[in-house]
Amino acid sequence: MRDISIIGIGQTPVGEHWKRSLRDLGTEAVLAALEDARVKRPDALYVGNMLSGQLSRQENLGALIADYAGLRGTEALKIEAACASGAAALRMAYVAVAGGVHDVVMACGVEKMTDTLSDETTTGLVSAADAIYEGEQGLSFVALNALLMQRYMYEFGYQREDFAGFAINAHRNAVNNPCAMFRKLISQEAFARTRMIAEPVSLLDSSGIADGAAAVVLASTEFAQAHGLLSVRIAASAVATDSVALHDRDDPLVLQAARDSAQRAYAQAGLGPDDIDFFELHDAFTIMAALSLEAAGFASQGEGVRLALEDQISLQGRIPICTMGGLKARGHPVGATGLYQVVEATQQLRGQAGANQLQGCRVGMTQNIGGSGAVAVTHILERVE
Amino acid sequence: MSLASYWRTSKQRMSLVGEICPHCGAKLFPPRDVCPKCSEPAKEPFAFSGKGVVYSFSTMYVAPKGFEKYAPYVVALIKLDEGPLVAAQLTDVDKSEVHIGMPVEMVTRKMREEGEDGLILYNYKFRPLLQKVAS
Repeated sequence: MRDISIIGIGQTPVGEHWKRSLRDLGTEAVLAALEDARVKRPDALYVGNMLSGQLSRQENLGALIADYAGLRGTEALKIEAACASGAAALRMAYVAVAGGVHDVVMACGVEKMTDTLSDETTTGLVSAADAIYEGEQGLSFVALNALLMQRYMYEFGYQREDFAGFAINAHRNAVNNPCAMFRKLISQEAFARTRMIAEPVSLLDSSGIADGAAAVVLASTEFAQAHGLLSVRIAASAVATDSVALHDRDDPLVLQAARDSAQRAYAQAGLGPDDIDFFELHDAFTIMAALSLEAAGFASQGEGVRLALEDQISLQGRIPICTMGGLKARGHPVGATGLYQVVEATQQLRGQAGANQLQGCRVGMTQNIGGSGAVAVTHILERVE
Repeated sequence: MSLASYWRTSKQRMSLVGEICPHCGAKLFPPRDVCPKCSEPAKEPFAFSGKGVVYSFSTMYVAPKGFEKYAPYVVALIKLDEGPLVAAQLTDVDKSEVHIGMPVEMVTRKMREEGEDGLILYNYKFRPLLQKVAS
């Protein structure tokens, strides 16, 4: 298997892009990443997306984005894994290059969520869950996270205000990210006062519904070095699954897929949680941030929230998370999110993270989760000296 | 939801019929034909009692399309007496009274209507367990 590096990154700002379509956003990110990599034409393009069929009545995104980006003829496919579609597209690109099938491959994540009214977008999002036994019962995707948060508070003795640190940290880091959706600070008081979506999950526990696209170009590390490209190597790439329905799990408070994919990634990289300098995790809701920290081995069960309470997740903390705003404040254009995480981690490892630059960081981990924990994609990235 | 899907799932929807694994004895709801515990075939029907307790709950203020006019409503994970968890709405209860551990029982209720000419969908919901009144 060949050693793989990220040789180009591109992203659009995350937000409500009323003037721009799904294809406009995807094309912009693809072209930006190709320019950054100084590559004209990749061997293949994998497009991560979750909702285009439901919200834009558009499928066949691989061919569409390739054509609009001037890559007509290239191998191009859409990859879907709910909210983990972006990182899943990267996984497929990694497999293609590592296996020697292709030399230079792109992964692009794109999502357009604001062409529809919010009830329709809410209905689209619940398709990440079990359509018959969760969706048809009237549960929203937010409600599934609310069931997790309520049980977590009950089992481990927390109040909803204890989760505020996750949202406050994300907003604080988004202020300095020009591509972030919510570039303003929030306070503990604002968190306490905000309106409920599905109790105990409030507006400020939840990531923003948004449009956006992000892309990366991969090549063998050998290719990157021969062409003098600034590179960050992929030390690990791993996917694991769990039941789609929350009620089918032995302990819903254990994100088994997240735990398994992290363990596989650690084994591939020959590293452990102590070696990770920062973690771009899947904070779609504050409870997901807590459970992800536990699943990836940064806290024991019931202790994930404590990292936020003690502010160990800030840029100066023991394990910085959401360094450019995370899903909460950068925004969560679902199928694009996994690639935003990887673009931001690459910025940190290249020393291009601006005011949020972590000093001396060498290893970063990203984890993108689909559904209420049904699929998790973990990547470990390492700076090449 | 399509009429065919509604018809296909009527046994589990109306009378909480799941399956029992003949190999490891696991009781399964909803039915899935392959046991998730031991990966062996599990097609033997098993009717659940419908009794259980609230494992977790949430009051939903923002509802998906088709459910808007019922919001706010309470949804829950119910731990059935026979073991499995099931996701469902609670009914006949004030949301302030709901708590983890509350005993509940399954009832059949209207879930929603798909417009004036569409399907009227029925489903299981759970209500607080009725107490026997001494005569």
